[in-house]
Amino acid sequence: MSAEPIIQILVFGLFVGGLYGMAAVGLSLVFGVMNILNTAHGELLMLGGYASFWLFTLWGIDPFVSLLICGPLLFGLGLLLNAGLFRHVSRLDGESKIKNSLLISFGLSLILQNLAIQFWSADERAITTAYSGLGANLLGIAFPFTRLAGLLAALFAILALHLFLQRTYVGKAIRATALDWEAAAMAGVDVQRIYAITFALGTALAGIAGTLVSLGYSIAPSIGLAWTLKALIVVVLAGMGGILGALGAGLLLGLAEAISTFAVGPAYREVVGLALFILVLLLRPQGLFKRR
Amino acid sequence: MLTVHELDASHGDLQALWQVSLTVEDGEIVALLGPNGAGKTTLLRTIAGVHRPTAGHIMLHGNPIDQLPPHRIVEAGVVLVPEGRRLFSTMTVLENLEMGAYTGRARKERAQTLRSVYDTFPILAERHGQLAASLSGGQQQMLAIGRALMALPRLLLLDEPSLGLAPLVVQSIFDVIGTLNRRGVTVLLVEQNAYMALEVAAHAYVMEQGRIAAYGSGDELLRDDRIRQAYLGYGPAEAATL
Repeated sequence: MSAEPIIQILVFGLFVGGLYGMAAVGLSLVFGVMNILNTAHGELLMLGGYASFWLFTLWGIDPFVSLLICGPLLFGLGLLLNAGLFRHVSRLDGESKIKNSLLISFGLSLILQNLAIQFWSADERAITTAYSGLGANLLGIAFPFTRLAGLLAALFAILALHLFLQRTYVGKAIRATALDWEAAAMAGVDVQRIYAITFALGTALAGIAGTLVSLGYSIAPSIGLAWTLKALIVVVLAGMGGILGALGAGLLLGLAEAISTFAVGPAYREVVGLALFILVLLLRPQGLFKRR
Repeated sequence: MLTVHELDASHGDLQALWQVSLTVEDGEIVALLGPNGAGKTTLLRTIAGVHRPTAGHIMLHGNPIDQLPPHRIVEAGVVLVPEGRRLFSTMTVLENLEMGAYTGRARKERAQTLRSVYDTFPILAERHGQLAASLSGGQQQMLAIGRALMALPRLLLLDEPSLGLAPLVVQSIFDVIGTLNRRGVTVLLVEQNAYMALEVAAHAYVMEQGRIAAYGSGDELLRDDRIRQAYLGYGPAEAATL
């Protein structure tokens, strides 16, 4: 086997890995701050994908432009979901909080999945733009334009989130709430408001990830669970709550899957992530990128 | 300023406060003494709104605050420096202080308050870029008080500020409490170090098993043999030598 096909596979692994990272940051943020495990995260991603698909199909809005519409749209949906469902869970303590969040989000994922089938049928959809076939070719390695731009958009979104959390007043309050919500409340932070913003941000990030998925890959009502699983694996790899760590872990998972396709065969691609998941939990339960 | 009226509070099935009533006048330092598990911390947390009372009222300048969420109580000027300091350990000293000024009233004055906190605790200015977890115990307590001051408190609730600190550091913390009080901050102080607390406090309440067991001026309590033996940790003979 010559080097080019291998490098090509690795490059595609990186493209997918960027999406894994993008799918994981929202889940990681919500889990890290609110201690809520939202198993409907993949369904929110799916909704984001459909939103851009229909914006493109009905009005011809370019998917990279529709990121600017999908983000705020899903942010609003996140606020509604928090007010209607998760706000009641985030008031609970410890174990009953995580259990109830799982019950509610499983229910939510079933509802969203079936609504999607009702409205949009079970067909697979993908956005095919005029520039979808285009790409650069560097030393025999193909770089499809949409996937390259998708990776860059994911990098940009994750970096923007990182800066938001590090530099802005609200971002710092989100970090403080994640560290010790009670101490944050005693300092004067409206914790319920921070939870609402956090959940909405997580939903918006899922929506952005969904747009990128609909662009280079495909969406269907049933894709949610697979993406929630990928995101969960990435979150465990990265260590809970880390934003840049989630990006790193996403890229790593993408690469590991890519390597497995030629090292042990494509049939084992899905096994790789779960094997990594178990290995990390056994050997380094704090995650690969967690400091301390 | 603060009136607590017949307050009950529970931890699950366990009642922690029984009909607790106390008042703190404007400009006072009031100490709250008593053995471990007497309900002192629960009382402060209930006043700060992070623990909900099951009965009774808490009034600030005649307005009820017992149903307000914690951030609204901070906004009203009642700020708790919690037991164990509860700093944001992986955030910097400056970020911790900034979090203290999160409410609207304090946020507008933030830059000015920060300068005055740095004047009070110069070490915090020196260490502003360091993570809170990297500070020494005494510095962490200063940061915890500094974070509370950023909220522009009118009533400061201090829960065991001397816990685990060296005597010299304790003295400087108490000096700061005295200075703040002279600048007009009213203080409700929970302290294990009863003798130290009674030196600065005008009045003190003694709590026992979730109830107020005694009340008096610092001198009265220091002179009362029964109180001294039960809560201050030394008997009449020892006291004579103090």
